[in-house]
Amino acid sequence: MPQTWIILGATSTIARGFARDAAGRGDGVVLAGRDVDDMKATAADCAARGAPVAEVIAFDARDPASFEPILKRAAKIEGTISAAVFVGSMPPQEDIDADPSLIDGVIADSYTGPARFLTALAPIMEERRSGTIVGVGSVAGDRGRLGNYVYGSAKAGFHAYLSGLRNRLGRSGVHVVTVKPGTVDTAMTWGLDKLPFLAPPEKVVGDIMKAVDKKKDVLYTPFIWWPVMTIIKLIPERIFKKMQI
Amino acid sequence: MTWKTMDYTGWGRVHRANGDVARPERASALKALLADAPAPAIGMRRSYGDACLNDGGRAIDMTRMDRVLSFDVESGLLHVEAGAQIGALLKIFAPSGWLPPVMPGTGFATIGGAIAMDVHGKNHHGAGSFGCHVSELTLMTPKGPKVASAEKNANLFKATIGGLGQTGPILSAKVQMLKAKGDVMVVTERRVDGWDEFLGLLDRSDATYTVGWIDATARGDQLGRGILEEAETGGGLVPAAKRGKRIPMDAPGFTLSPAVVRTFNAAYWRRVPEAGRTVVKPIDDFFFPLDKIHDWNRLYGKSGFHQFQCVVPIAAADKLRAMLDRIAGSGLASPLAVLKRMGPGRAGFMSFPMEGYTLAVDFPNRTAAERLIKELEKATAEAEGRIYFAKDSLASAGDLSGMYDEHAQWLKAVKAIDPDGAYETDLTRRLKLRSA
Ligand SMILES: Cc1cc2nc3c(=O)[nH]c(=O)nc-3n(C[C@H](O)[C@H](O)[C@H](O)COP(=O)(O)OP(=O)(O)OC[C@H]3O[C@@H](n4cnc5c(N)ncnc54)[C@H](O)[C@@H]3O)c2cc1C
Repeated sequence: MPQTWIILGATSTIARGFARDAAGRGDGVVLAGRDVDDMKATAADCAARGAPVAEVIAFDARDPASFEPILKRAAKIEGTISAAVFVGSMPPQEDIDADPSLIDGVIADSYTGPARFLTALAPIMEERRSGTIVGVGSVAGDRGRLGNYVYGSAKAGFHAYLSGLRNRLGRSGVHVVTVKPGTVDTAMTWGLDKLPFLAPPEKVVGDIMKAVDKKKDVLYTPFIWWPVMTIIKLIPERIFKKMQI
Repeated sequence: MTWKTMDYTGWGRVHRANGDVARPERASALKALLADAPAPAIGMRRSYGDACLNDGGRAIDMTRMDRVLSFDVESGLLHVEAGAQIGALLKIFAPSGWLPPVMPGTGFATIGGAIAMDVHGKNHHGAGSFGCHVSELTLMTPKGPKVASAEKNANLFKATIGGLGQTGPILSAKVQMLKAKGDVMVVTERRVDGWDEFLGLLDRSDATYTVGWIDATARGDQLGRGILEEAETGGGLVPAAKRGKRIPMDAPGFTLSPAVVRTFNAAYWRRVPEAGRTVVKPIDDFFFPLDKIHDWNRLYGKSGFHQFQCVVPIAAADKLRAMLDRIAGSGLASPLAVLKRMGPGRAGFMSFPMEGYTLAVDFPNRTAAERLIKELEKATAEAEGRIYFAKDSLASAGDLSGMYDEHAQWLKAVKAIDPDGAYETDLTRRLKLRSA
């Protein structure tokens, strides 16, 4: 059965790589994001690499009105509908501390926007009894810390949401993969120094594809983040609160 | 963040640079960078010397702008972003029967780098340089995209192809891909005993792809001995078992004492049976034999290495022979040495190719090698040939511009689009290419 991926946040570096790989496997892609001109180039790229469907739709996680056209389009595409969510935003924590109103946007981008979209999409997938949802969270969601705790808390909410969604959709043959990437070499991290275990986007995309094929529930990518976060989660709060990591 | 302060080098690792590098992923981001402060574009830094360096200044890494913008399966016309790599395009399009029209010896070179150096491949004698297959370019300027072709902004077009990035970042290009007969290479290898025989075979070769590996350590009667490779694309009938085995070129351990190289070269030469042989290879194995050994340039150690590459007119073949004799006598060459017949095809004012013979030889970076290369450069000038900007690290100001007879036309077009020298690189400064 042909598969088409709805890709939210399609202008991000990892999403672009994911769309490209999906196209190379013969899957269709519907690219959803804010920069339509840029997504058109990615759609052309996907078409050249073999995607039978390569479309662009404007999407803004903070504007639920923009969800409707995508859901309508998804309902019309035949075959398996899958979704991959790469949206999220991480303004520097200092900026948020100075202007708490920024929090709403971070939560909308990283959690409530995608959750609302996926909840609306779920019935279509349930009805077709197939498909995969790839939800990209972050290792930052595993524990709130000094440097980015608002972003981390939004991703933590998204992780819990995905876990519940997996529980629900598994009953109808739809699989949900929670992806927790560490730091990835993207436009967002370019020029930041001392990033630990910085991974090339192709590595992360490859890991995601493997997780999709193997129906993995939770993926840490690169893998090193699994032991690292396992230890970080074990540190007692009494000690953790004094740490700078 | 937009800028990253970093140390970086060219492929030969002799020249180094430190400076701020941006790596935009979208056309809008590239435009914003240029509007802020124009800086030279760089690709995968597969140029050996300092063409891709801007020490103390800014540079724009184009490698994340690598998407296919359109492809017509009927005509083979490709529109692609300049950061796309030749090898990646080969992988995408070979299965549907289309190849990049010209492929340099590494698949990691980007479209932007291939245009800015007007690169040549093993099919140069027939197909000409990369730029001969480019029908349109889009440059990014601080004000937005600007299109150039043979019809529109023709001087800018000819100044950009082979133009060392001096007309500003190339955003995308339309490239006519080449129809392939199949998705493997059928390669005939033949032992060649010496110089005269080699030139004769190269002159007479009517294969689409022809290249010579040369033993740059063999002297006397054996001077110029090597292996001639002639190849065509093929498909279908070829049994997979006949796949050619690759001899890893790092076999001598890169200790590279003259005796080791001599022994390795002799064995490499004998590997091909006297009667010759035909093997079938995957396309990328034939075109990019060294790409599987990632970062092989590091095998030369911290001090890096040089490649000398010149082209001389047919009539100066004897002068080239004398140059090879000097190289062989020095015992300094590495096993990587290539001899090829070039056709007249070139597409830019500053393009390297000319009808004649091109010789390329790698040398570990030592004082004696630098001295030898300087001599070879002088000999190239005397032979009315050219030195290749993609390889040179050693020439001084004024040494090379005289070899490029359309330098003045290039300079005029470059000055029109970049009057302040914002796109200068370490290479153009070293060779003073931007001053008349
Ligand atoms: C193993 C090996 C084999 C090779 N074999 C061959 C060969 O057979 N034939 C041949 O001709 N060359 C050959 N080369 C040289 C190589 O093809 C060229 O140096 C080519 O330019 C490298 O492309 P790049 O993307 O790495 O460009 P870089 O080295 O990063 O840059 C080269 C030049 O292109 C400019 N440039 C790069 N991108 C852009 C852009 N988007 N817009 C404007 N300017 C840009 C830079 O300013 C610079 O002047 C070989 C190199 C290696 C390492």
